[in-house]
Amino acid sequence: MEDKIISIVSEQLSVSKDEISRESNFIDDLQADSLDLVELGMKFEEEFGVSIPDEDYETMKTVGDAIDYIKQRENA
Amino acid sequence: MGLFEGKKGIVLGIANDHSIAWAITQQLFAEGAEIGFTHLPDKDPARPKNENKVRKLVDPHGAKFVIPCDVTSDEQLDTVFEKTEQEFGKIDFVLHSIAFAPPADLTGPVYRCSRDGFKLAMEISVYSLIAMAGRAQGLLNEGGSMLTLSYLGGERVIPGYNLMGLCKSALESAVGYLASEFGPEGKRVNAVSAGPVKTVSASGVGDIKKMFQLYETFSPMRRNITAEEVGKSSMFLLSDYASGITGEVLHVDAGYHCVAAPPLDAFDEK
Ligand SMILES: NC(=O)c1ccc[n+]([C@@H]2O[C@H](COP(=O)([O-])OP(=O)(O)OC[C@H]3O[C@@H](n4cnc5c(N)ncnc54)[C@H](O)[C@@H]3O)[C@@H](O)[C@H]2O)c1
Repeated sequence: MEDKIISIVSEQLSVSKDEISRESNFIDDLQADSLDLVELGMKFEEEFGVSIPDEDYETMKTVGDAIDYIKQRENA
Repeated sequence: MGLFEGKKGIVLGIANDHSIAWAITQQLFAEGAEIGFTHLPDKDPARPKNENKVRKLVDPHGAKFVIPCDVTSDEQLDTVFEKTEQEFGKIDFVLHSIAFAPPADLTGPVYRCSRDGFKLAMEISVYSLIAMAGRAQGLLNEGGSMLTLSYLGGERVIPGYNLMGLCKSALESAVGYLASEFGPEGKRVNAVSAGPVKTVSASGVGDIKKMFQLYETFSPMRRNITAEEVGKSSMFLLSDYASGITGEVLHVDAGYHCVAAPPLDAFDEK
């Protein structure tokens, strides 16, 4: 699943996969803007069949945060 | 033979695979249209993410061109229409599927909207149609048409739609005036007023999940519409099947626009 998330991030933000790690910050390292973040959220919802409430977006600052969040959501 | 066999045109407003403009484009391609596209300019040329997202969708269908365009720039609009004329000569359709308001001005009450936020929202969401019409007028074949996307919040108050409601009011007014001016030349201008569709823009206005609930409970058809339905009806308005229709705002909203009160069972205890 980590791989899948990294692929999505890579495709959405036009960043190559080896530049992306768990520590990558969406805004500071990957230069995502607010529209990118909304789009990423929509992709995650689609791919993993989870529903992400707006207020949870703010908790996902790094790729690792997103991975952990989705894992926890999928198990819930 | 497809309805758009031999027809050519341009589409402005695809950002990603959720965009309404993409749903319409799929129908146009299916009917045989030849199409040129624009994308929002990319800030970092080393990472052309906007261009990539549009190309990924349209290139496999043989898009005629994909070029950048920020509708706040006259130069970029000029370039788009120059490119269009070079590529196609005359055209048959123009799709405008663009809107924007600064988030701070959109989410607050209308009375807190800033002067600059108002200007920018009106410029991108309304003036852009006018700017495109001026450039398309000479290029459109007789029988050709323009289409824009609107929402019911421009006709009546839909709490949460706020500043964008004011923009859609002005946009629908522009559709009428442009239709009247284009009419004598046999060219048409219409709008589709769509029910809520999950897109990036929609997530900027109010709570989209609540909007879906609203349409599910209150609309005559008791459901939401799909992007594909908007795509099909929009394709129809752009096609020759709609040759007698102009200045129209067609509601693709499961009938929501026609009701003035909720269904009688809406407040029953579940
Ligand atoms: N999604 C809905 O529920 C809904 C309902 C009714 C009407 N609409 C209308 O449909 C249209 C398309 O929106 P959407 O929902 O597909 O969302 P979207 O975010 O996919 O599309 C909006 C488009 O506007 C473009 N845009 C914004 N600023 C621009 C600028 N300065 N220059 C050029 N392009 C610019 C974006 O790049 C994007 O392609 C909008 O007019 C919207 O108001 C949407």
